[in-house]
Amino acid sequence: MNHKVLKAVTPLLAGIIFGLGLLVSGMNNPAKVRGFLDIFGDWQPALMAVMVAAIAIFAVAYALSNRMKQPWFHSIFHRPSLTVLDARLLIGAALFGIGWGMVGLCPGPALLDIMTGQVDVLLFVAALLVGNRIAHYSVGPAK
Amino acid sequence: MWNELAGGALIGIAAALLWLGIGRIGGISGVIANIFLINQGHRNWSLYFFAGLLASYPLYVLMAGTPAMQMTANKVILVVAGLLVGMGTYIGNGCTSGHGVCGNGRLSIRSMVATCTFMVFGMLTVLIMNILGL
Repeated sequence: MNHKVLKAVTPLLAGIIFGLGLLVSGMNNPAKVRGFLDIFGDWQPALMAVMVAAIAIFAVAYALSNRMKQPWFHSIFHRPSLTVLDARLLIGAALFGIGWGMVGLCPGPALLDIMTGQVDVLLFVAALLVGNRIAHYSVGPAK
Repeated sequence: MWNELAGGALIGIAAALLWLGIGRIGGISGVIANIFLINQGHRNWSLYFFAGLLASYPLYVLMAGTPAMQMTANKVILVVAGLLVGMGTYIGNGCTSGHGVCGNGRLSIRSMVATCTFMVFGMLTVLIMNILGL
């Protein structure tokens, strides 16, 4: 296969594996996520293992990439350039945390759970997209 | 606990594949932002990733049956939370995947601060809603 095809197949495959990971771990289930966040109540800590395993594996891949000139099927690594710790980062993360705690859906599971066909998921995703655009047109992208 | 470890490993492998394969950070907020800008060709990968994410669901159902999924039915809570997640991840440049998995894996201080912040606010929100009986 040439690079043009692999540039499409790689993210497609990554999306499938990512989604299976969310489903196998139960991250797609808002009740389970809220149980994980309920540290002062009936805490269900198992989801901690999701973060630990995912971070560990990505950390190894990232370390490997430091010895590579370029990715397998693309010309450059798009390394995140922002490093500043500012009010914008804290406010954004706090707003996200409140929304996440309210329902138990973060963006990946929200998109994945569209496939359940539940109207309530579509409502949440629609609000998420509207929120994204409100922030885009009021605050704009970070520089 | 094994399901959670295995699922986390799959998420890590997916993020690793995206990074080593095409040099992109597997952040879902970034994917969503890119889908709004899909007329710029270099963002096409996000559409393929999104398609893969959706395709994983029927694959899982075929292999393991319908996954458990319980969520509030309160429309006001759903809409307010959706708006907050949409705005917050845009303003803070990431969510559980971009900051939580990739950023922490890169040892980015910014992502560590963001992760601690959204975890703490998520926990406080659940606490407050429990107290209010919501």
